[in-house]
Amino acid sequence: MRSLPIRAFMSAALSLAAGALLAAPAAAEAPPIKIGSFLSVTGPAAFLGDPEEKTLKLYVEKLNAAGGVIGRKIELVVYDDAGDSDKARTFAKRLIDQDKVDIIVGGTTTGTTMAAVPLAEQAGMPFISLAGAVVIIEPVKKWVFKTPHTDRMACEKIFEDMKARGIAKIGMIAGAGGFDRSMRQECLKVAGNYGISIVADESYGAKDSDMTAQLTKIKNTAGVQAVVNPGFGQGPAIVTKNFRQLGMTMPLYQSHGVASKEFIKLAGEAAEGVRLPAAALLVAEILPANDPQKAVVVGYKRDYETKFGTDVSTFGGSAYDGLFLAVDALKRAKTTDKAKLRDALETTKGFVGTAGIVNMSPTDHMGLDLSAFRMLEVKKGEWTLVK
Amino acid sequence: MAELLQFVFSGLTVGATYALVALGFAIIYNASGVINFAQGEFVMAGGMSASFLVAAGVPLPLAVAVAVAAGVAIGLLLEKFAIEPARRAPVVTLIIITIGASIAIRGVAQLLFGKQFHTVPPFTGEQPIAVAGATILPQSLWVMGASVAVVIGLSAFFGRTKLGKAMLAAANNRNAAQLVGINVRFILLLSFGLSALLGAVAGVLISPITLTSFDVGIMVGLKGFAAAMLGGLGSGVGAIAGGLLLGLAEALGAGYLSSAYKDVIAFVIILAVLVFMPGGLFGKASAERV
Repeated sequence: MRSLPIRAFMSAALSLAAGALLAAPAAAEAPPIKIGSFLSVTGPAAFLGDPEEKTLKLYVEKLNAAGGVIGRKIELVVYDDAGDSDKARTFAKRLIDQDKVDIIVGGTTTGTTMAAVPLAEQAGMPFISLAGAVVIIEPVKKWVFKTPHTDRMACEKIFEDMKARGIAKIGMIAGAGGFDRSMRQECLKVAGNYGISIVADESYGAKDSDMTAQLTKIKNTAGVQAVVNPGFGQGPAIVTKNFRQLGMTMPLYQSHGVASKEFIKLAGEAAEGVRLPAAALLVAEILPANDPQKAVVVGYKRDYETKFGTDVSTFGGSAYDGLFLAVDALKRAKTTDKAKLRDALETTKGFVGTAGIVNMSPTDHMGLDLSAFRMLEVKKGEWTLVK
Repeated sequence: MAELLQFVFSGLTVGATYALVALGFAIIYNASGVINFAQGEFVMAGGMSASFLVAAGVPLPLAVAVAVAAGVAIGLLLEKFAIEPARRAPVVTLIIITIGASIAIRGVAQLLFGKQFHTVPPFTGEQPIAVAGATILPQSLWVMGASVAVVIGLSAFFGRTKLGKAMLAAANNRNAAQLVGINVRFILLLSFGLSALLGAVAGVLISPITLTSFDVGIMVGLKGFAAAMLGGLGSGVGAIAGGLLLGLAEALGAGYLSSAYKDVIAFVIILAVLVFMPGGLFGKASAERV
């Protein structure tokens, strides 16, 4: 009993001292840079939003541990919009009006991004979106930028490879999901630019488990030299199996939507010879040592996988690129003045991200070209780079 | 001609699984009047268990056997702990219980196995067999062969064994069956076990071709139910015919009309049958079921 007052006094003294120690540098420090974000961490797009949130938190922590950016710490404000555009709009408004953030890096899906675009434009808020569709940057919006490549580029990469192989007539089989349909549309639009005509155009449902009927039609269409399958999920694996079952020997192209080990595992032997465009991140280990992206993608993959114990995805990579595009622009602008920060973003040159080398311009707020995609081929159950 | 044959092959393969699921619906419906909406989950449980056992290094034949046993166990547990305690409730209540059970089973599977798709290695290789210009996978032969074997086994069970005849008796008249000393509660348990067996067998057989995931049960269950309705709910022959017809209609529709309308074709046929022949193709008023 007697020792109690002494202990209480000591702990009080200790906490006072600790408080003084903590408070002293904080008072002298500049206010933090506020990065705001709204992501679909839960809900149907959680497989995109979850790695994005993890990535942002991981690297803000790392940046702060290294002393912050332009001498200031970073404060991250993240809201979960659950994939709902209305919520995204509300959160974007809150980030702008109440949290008074300096820049927004977020917007997991095209829907949530487009809901926030008018607000960012009106308020003059630099906004880096992590969503895929072309509409975000086309037509160019003054304050809006985006990190991942578009599905149109995936089509172009595939058609470029086909053209090099002398293929002019192809069949297409696409799924019914949002990703599948969007990419199918883009492929139809740009095929002509590569002198390729799509002579058979089939589709399958989201839960279909047998595509031999559709593939038989493609097989029996005269002149088909190759087949492309814009698809996501299990569909492409079944298409690949059915394709081999029907004894079709022409080249089969899959999309970047299934660029993972999972696809090879599901399709089994049938995956041999399948080609697809993929971001460098997925083939980090097999990139040649002199590849400009090698260091970035290997570093991100290592950081993410050691911290969270799950495989990296290109979605988390988009968040990495968004955050570091902002950091890069902050370093060059040396201020959080929104107009100067925006100008710095627009003049981004030679930025190496997980998606590719970014060169922004007043007419291009994504800044990626086809070199961002690598053409891969399955050989002996492994992804290999096509030379 | 080769084209038609190809469509028929894929229709029969898928149709055989629909038939097994539809038979499962019929058996439980006859024993209890309940439409068991957890029927599709037995298919999922069979396929997913086999997939994970194989991935864990268990030899394929053993994995298949254990997976089927696991499916049967789920069926028995479902009856024992969800249906039997509520057996005095109206049939509609029991049907709602099976819907709840299917959601619960799916949820557990999602937690256990994750959301990804999984596969089971084919039983005898992946090299397609060419038949008159069309191709068929060895696994498709397994699906059709095993389905035929199951149907023969079932008809022998119902026609030759005392237990099978007791099930038929209970299906015809529950009270009379009880009066002559048939343990009706045991028959109900048996019907769930038997349906789960059919579902799990279908799941294990089809997974090498169609892949499997925690939520495949929804669509398979729905199509199986549609097949059962098409053939006439409660009719064994009807379930098999309904399954095969539905599979063929889907494959031919996707091949000759448009693949976009694949599911539409199937459901339009069922609507037509229900409107013009409400009892289904083989349904009879009430007399002889199974």
